[in-house]
Amino acid sequence: MTIQVSPNPIAAELTPAMKRDAFLAHLLDLAKQTQPTQAWLTSLRDRASEQVQSHSFPTTRNEEWRFTDLSPLLEVPFTEVGSRESGVGLDALDRFVLPEAVNCRLVFVDGVYAPELSSIADLPDGLTVGALSNLPDLKLDTYLGQQPNSDELFTALNTVGLIDAAIVWVPKNLEVETPIHLLFVSTAGDTPTFVQPRCLIIAEPNSSATIVEEYGAIGQGQSFTNAVTEIWVEGNAEVSHTRVQRESDSAFHIGKTAVSQARDSRYTCNAISLGAAISRHHLEIYQAGEQIQTTLNGLTIAKGTQLADTHSKIALTQPYATTNQLHKCIVDDRAHVVFNGKVSVPQAAQLTNAGQLNQNLLLSSKARVDTKPQLEIVADNVKCTHGATVGQLEADEVFYLQSRGIDAESARNLLIYAFAIEIMNEIPIESLRDRLAKCLR
Amino acid sequence: MIIENSEVILSVKNLTADVDGIPILKGLSLEVKSGEIHAIMGPNGSGKSTFSKVLAGHPDYEVTGGEILFRGQDLAELEPEDRARSGIFLAFQYPLEIPGVSNLDFLRVAYNSKRKHLGEEELDAFDFDELVQQKLDVVKMDASFLNRSVNEGFSGGEKKRNEILQMALLEPKLAILDETDSGLDIDALRIVANGVNQLSNPDNATVLITHYQRLLNYIEPDYVHIMANGRILRTGTKELALEVEERGYDWVLEEAGEVVAS
Repeated sequence: MTIQVSPNPIAAELTPAMKRDAFLAHLLDLAKQTQPTQAWLTSLRDRASEQVQSHSFPTTRNEEWRFTDLSPLLEVPFTEVGSRESGVGLDALDRFVLPEAVNCRLVFVDGVYAPELSSIADLPDGLTVGALSNLPDLKLDTYLGQQPNSDELFTALNTVGLIDAAIVWVPKNLEVETPIHLLFVSTAGDTPTFVQPRCLIIAEPNSSATIVEEYGAIGQGQSFTNAVTEIWVEGNAEVSHTRVQRESDSAFHIGKTAVSQARDSRYTCNAISLGAAISRHHLEIYQAGEQIQTTLNGLTIAKGTQLADTHSKIALTQPYATTNQLHKCIVDDRAHVVFNGKVSVPQAAQLTNAGQLNQNLLLSSKARVDTKPQLEIVADNVKCTHGATVGQLEADEVFYLQSRGIDAESARNLLIYAFAIEIMNEIPIESLRDRLAKCLR
Repeated sequence: MIIENSEVILSVKNLTADVDGIPILKGLSLEVKSGEIHAIMGPNGSGKSTFSKVLAGHPDYEVTGGEILFRGQDLAELEPEDRARSGIFLAFQYPLEIPGVSNLDFLRVAYNSKRKHLGEEELDAFDFDELVQQKLDVVKMDASFLNRSVNEGFSGGEKKRNEILQMALLEPKLAILDETDSGLDIDALRIVANGVNQLSNPDNATVLITHYQRLLNYIEPDYVHIMANGRILRTGTKELALEVEERGYDWVLEEAGEVVAS
């Protein structure tokens, strides 16, 4: 029996649940107001809209969001932007432009494709790199929005507002030497902006490509980026993917990377998370075939009052897979880092080799880390390891360096750098590696 | 070598020191002059390693009394890095591994911090490379060691040789070798001892802390000190080392009126 209590009208207005519902409804409205650049996207958007409505906005009572409180987001009156008059010039992109990818760059400003800032000259024959809005003849309906778990709230919300996307399509047998740079910048000023970038990367059989997906800020205002990237790595293809999130300190960032891998394929993700007040990266790998290699390298650096969350999931399905995950976090001040990594090894995935390690370096007594590496193993003939470490700078290591004449501060910096460099060194683009290394002070 | 009227490099008087509030050094006195090689021996827990860490300025060790003068300067207020720059070098018993920092970069940063301290210009990567190549010879190290992370994956002998390489580069006035011979096979011991002998000269001094008389077959000390219960109980020549090798330490403690642990 339920007892009905008539709600106090004022209190009712303020219940957190109603506030969350209203916020989500507002985001959905904003997303729906956008105009898709191609007609066939409409049905995809409509279906996603229904999916969004079947969800409620997450709270820390949801196990998956236990440590990541999104309630500060509810306080911000976001409005969709997407106006072309961003006024951003190439000079403003100086600190993002990669010399290695100078002729292979797509730039989206506040979610809108900026052809004047992009550069796609001298592409090899058959390679497609461009904005969906400029590629009406591509048949993408079997790829776009087709990854598993696309009905998850934030992915579906992105699909509702799908107007354009960065597309990379590598044809069979083509090995692309030049890195491809997909750059999303936010110019948020006084008006809080809601931006939903989308990337779709398809590597056909036996092809290979190097992708840099980067989120950066030109403005310092509040923005909410809800990004989705879908990657299809087909038979024996290879994709090296570096994802850099360095949004402004006041930004919110929720990003999804969903990767489907076919047999004999190799996928590497170097995920570097530096920016945003609150950020969450969902990294989901779906293996479908034998002898698939997956390498996930992650580096999160959080300071001030930042909250940076990484949720990864690797789903193995067949034998002879190799997966390696190394996720490192450096946490300073009152910052808070979350890592949750699942690796599932079902009965069919025999003879797999799966390693997972999360290492955390806490630089302050107020810094916090919540880590949960999870291995779900059903198969009985596999080699799997996982673990997490949480440590501080070792006083003895600092002393060792000091005893060689290196002052205490330089010694600390050298050790922090050394902790991070193992991941940085995996980034295959020198200029980006150097630029990010500078962020380590 | 004992040189008459040579400079007093280290003068320790009545030194007492604590670790976590527990007294370890209890009135240690020692004088080391330029050109000399001193060996400090003693049973486990006698305070030998503590003494070396106190000299180098480890923050966990608190000096509670007495004084340490290095070339006339009171060490008490000097940070570890300043002690290093002014010429104190401690070769660690257990050299630390620093993954991610290349040995070459580490050596260059250390070397240049000393040059800066002396008001000399820092060496660039090219000039430093040339210098380090010469020094590699002292410890018969392969150049490939330079590109590996500091001590990471090094064998025990390689780590100790790497310590001597650092010493060769930094050219300290006072080198303290904390059980540098422990855990070395005979070939590695020869290489390390050879390195130390090459670096020893009339202008510097060496303090060897060791468990084993074996080291002193390769490096001839001018003085041997027996340490126990946080003090130096007896000082002699290398014959004293042979004697404790033969008879153990108990007689030294008894003659000094110390309680012998059963």
